[in-house]
Amino acid sequence: MSADPVLLFDYLLGLGDDRLVLGNRLSEWCAHGPILEEDIAVTNMALDLLGQASTLLNLAGQVEGKGRDADALAYLRDEIAFRNVRLVELPIGDFGFTIARQFLFDVYSFHLMDTLQACSHTGLAALAGKCVKEDRYHVRHSGEWVIRLGDGTEESHGRMQHAMDKLWPYVGELFQPDAADVAMTAAGISPELSTLRGQWQLVVQDVMGRATLMVPAVVTAPPPGIRRGSHTEHLGHMLAEMQIVARSHPGAKW
Amino acid sequence: MSNDAKSGTDGQWPLWEVFTQAKSGAPHEHAGSVHAPDAEIALQNARDVYARRGEAVSIWVVPTAVIAATSPSDTGPFFDPASDKAYRHPQFYKVPQGVRVF
Repeated sequence: MSADPVLLFDYLLGLGDDRLVLGNRLSEWCAHGPILEEDIAVTNMALDLLGQASTLLNLAGQVEGKGRDADALAYLRDEIAFRNVRLVELPIGDFGFTIARQFLFDVYSFHLMDTLQACSHTGLAALAGKCVKEDRYHVRHSGEWVIRLGDGTEESHGRMQHAMDKLWPYVGELFQPDAADVAMTAAGISPELSTLRGQWQLVVQDVMGRATLMVPAVVTAPPPGIRRGSHTEHLGHMLAEMQIVARSHPGAKW
Repeated sequence: MSNDAKSGTDGQWPLWEVFTQAKSGAPHEHAGSVHAPDAEIALQNARDVYARRGEAVSIWVVPTAVIAATSPSDTGPFFDPASDKAYRHPQFYKVPQGVRVF
């Protein structure tokens, strides 16, 4: 069964936008990292995510068939058309918050891409095969930092626990299927999100346990009315900065 | 000097020397150094600093503090005596026919 192209477009936008927005957030650490080596590491991960976003949005543009490429989708869409989850658009906070958010997303993304690389859509499967290698490293990097900061000093432990507590209410959205998810699961493209949540929970509980962090509670559904594509007040500000050059100088080349 | 990799003396994380292998079978060669609190993070930092453009297939990291090195004052006694011992070089041997000379 092949997927409805409109819903496939929506689904690919969700995948691309999560990585575009999180990559932008991570890149805010460039030249502000806690140490030189971590500055480079975080910037590398930001570039990985922007690269993933670029290929996913280009594929979305092809599926849509209206001549929009990744640049058009990234720079010329308004906030309301972005399909990322709220988790990735929250401000970077302190380094602990950035690492905690990154870890929670990385584990989700790794298991998602691991399934997608064997999915029925050959174009998406090929992209996912590339993403899964990068994601495997991201999980290792952010996971090791969660352990070191959680099981570190009293201050680093406190900050990590605070970050996890703040992030937890946003996690449910990752596993809340919307119309596009339901259609993609039926078409043999995306995994059941409840299965993905189970895989995610095992890894997150293991790492947080080793980090001596309390897992706040079971992952609950997002509040009523909140679904993929709902946004906090933070996304608009980020997009304004991200899109200003492309919108002020349409078609500019450099 | 302490050999404990966890004790930085300059207020920073300890220093690790990084050796990268360009391809399988090639020797690991010194690439530079990174700061890191432990071996796992040292490997990750080395990967991001010295192998992010595809330069390596394998990385070693070694705490700088455990490397024993000659000092500049050793130069005379260590190395000068070797400079006038031409007979230690193998070029006085005749290479038999059929042996490839590198």
